[in-house]
Amino acid sequence: MEKTDTNISGVCTPAPGEAGKTGEWRDARPVIDPAKCIPEVKGKPACFLCWLYCPEGVVTMTIPVTIDMDYCKGCGICAEECPPNAIQMVREVDIDE
Amino acid sequence: MSDVRIITGNEAAALAVKRAEPGVIAAYPITPQTKLAEVLSEYVEKGELKAEYVRVESEHSSMTVCISASTVGARVFTATSSNGLLYMHEQLHWAAGSRLPVVMCCVNRGVGAPWSIFNDQQDSFSQRDTGWIQLYCRDNQEILDTVLQAYRIAEEVYLPVMVCYDGFVLSHTMMPVDVPDTGLVKQFLPPYTPHTILSPEDPRTINPVFFASRRENAEGVLCDGYMEMRYKMQAAFERSRGVITAASDEWAQLSGRNHGGMIWEYRTEDADLLLTGMGSIATEATLAADTLRAEGIRAGVVGIRAFRPFPKEEVARAFEQARAIAVFEKCISYGYEGGVCSDLKAALYGTDIRAPIHNYISGLGGRDVKTRELVEAARTTFEAALAGDAENKTIWLNCHTGVRD
Repeated sequence: MEKTDTNISGVCTPAPGEAGKTGEWRDARPVIDPAKCIPEVKGKPACFLCWLYCPEGVVTMTIPVTIDMDYCKGCGICAEECPPNAIQMVREVDIDE
Repeated sequence: MSDVRIITGNEAAALAVKRAEPGVIAAYPITPQTKLAEVLSEYVEKGELKAEYVRVESEHSSMTVCISASTVGARVFTATSSNGLLYMHEQLHWAAGSRLPVVMCCVNRGVGAPWSIFNDQQDSFSQRDTGWIQLYCRDNQEILDTVLQAYRIAEEVYLPVMVCYDGFVLSHTMMPVDVPDTGLVKQFLPPYTPHTILSPEDPRTINPVFFASRRENAEGVLCDGYMEMRYKMQAAFERSRGVITAASDEWAQLSGRNHGGMIWEYRTEDADLLLTGMGSIATEATLAADTLRAEGIRAGVVGIRAFRPFPKEEVARAFEQARAIAVFEKCISYGYEGGVCSDLKAALYGTDIRAPIHNYISGLGGRDVKTRELVEAARTTFEAALAGDAENKTIWLNCHTGVRD
């Protein structure tokens, strides 16, 4: 049976995707150049300023660093903060799927 | 056993609140509500009422405290008047939109500018569309009984209820009031069951931004959008009609007092001329009806008890036989006419009722309205109808300026 919304006032439970796939809002996406990204170059956990600054919590503190495109809104803060300029914002219309 | 006390309207309201045992009270004093806030704080201070009394710096905050406390599951109460109510305006919408059963007394007072501390109903009338149920009382006994019913109604349909009564005319006038014992009230008023409790064990976001469309949540449930939420509120208002009537009937069975549900009627059975209004002016209209009957005019009174939801079906029935209608009201929608009159006309549209309606704007800012003046006005309305004058009119009663603006 299909679940229906029984709330009589505006309520939501904090969870990924509660507000829908917010990645759809994006008009430019962050693209990481592994040749410049510090953790990848050093091969050890370091920097991760993109993870720290991401307001959406979609960046992982891993090697390689990954970004969840389902929820990345394309704000560009990671690209702005990246010390070696490893992240470029590429317009969605220019991306070849 | 009855416990009849000679008390003011404010004291009657305070006693009702004491019996309803709210967990949180937040009120900011304002004339003519002040005594109500004071008496409640005395109850709490003496330990007679185990409630948290939050002293706030404004009415905006008092309603905010009530909203917050209601959200975590407490029964709440506040009261205000006039500009204090207007200062709450934004929060009134939040309480209603969050579907919180906040109960408030509005002790009706004229709105500034210019300042008036005296009675009319422009304050609560101007909050008509905030999503609050509005009930108007005609005497102190009804104030006490209506506050109790307000909790019952609010907590059943999850809508806030404003219990309105006239400043000074009722708030500061002593009348005999039968005070029900705690046991009787407990029989009538079950404990409050919140629809949503904000709690650290079950973290939730209350009232996030709603976009125009519906949205699917993380569990794949298609959640209602803003418009659906508003529709649910309107549906609750439609349902509240039956709940208001049922609460009144059940309280009548328990207490022996029935003030009417959506409306009340006085000598209407064979009435050709019907007087109508809300609150104490309608009480006075009953005296006017007696006088008119002594003169040979079959007059009666229909009192509007619930202004929102508006008693559309009840008035269409009550005014069926009317040949002339006089609406006395202490408010106006500037640029049109009295709000009760407009609603009444709308409710009668499409029925066979063709009686002319005279709208008497009365008693603004405490301007005295005597029974004999109501008699005279209603007689004029009746005579105009008998003479075949079908025109609807708005007349300012006891207003002496000859200047138009």
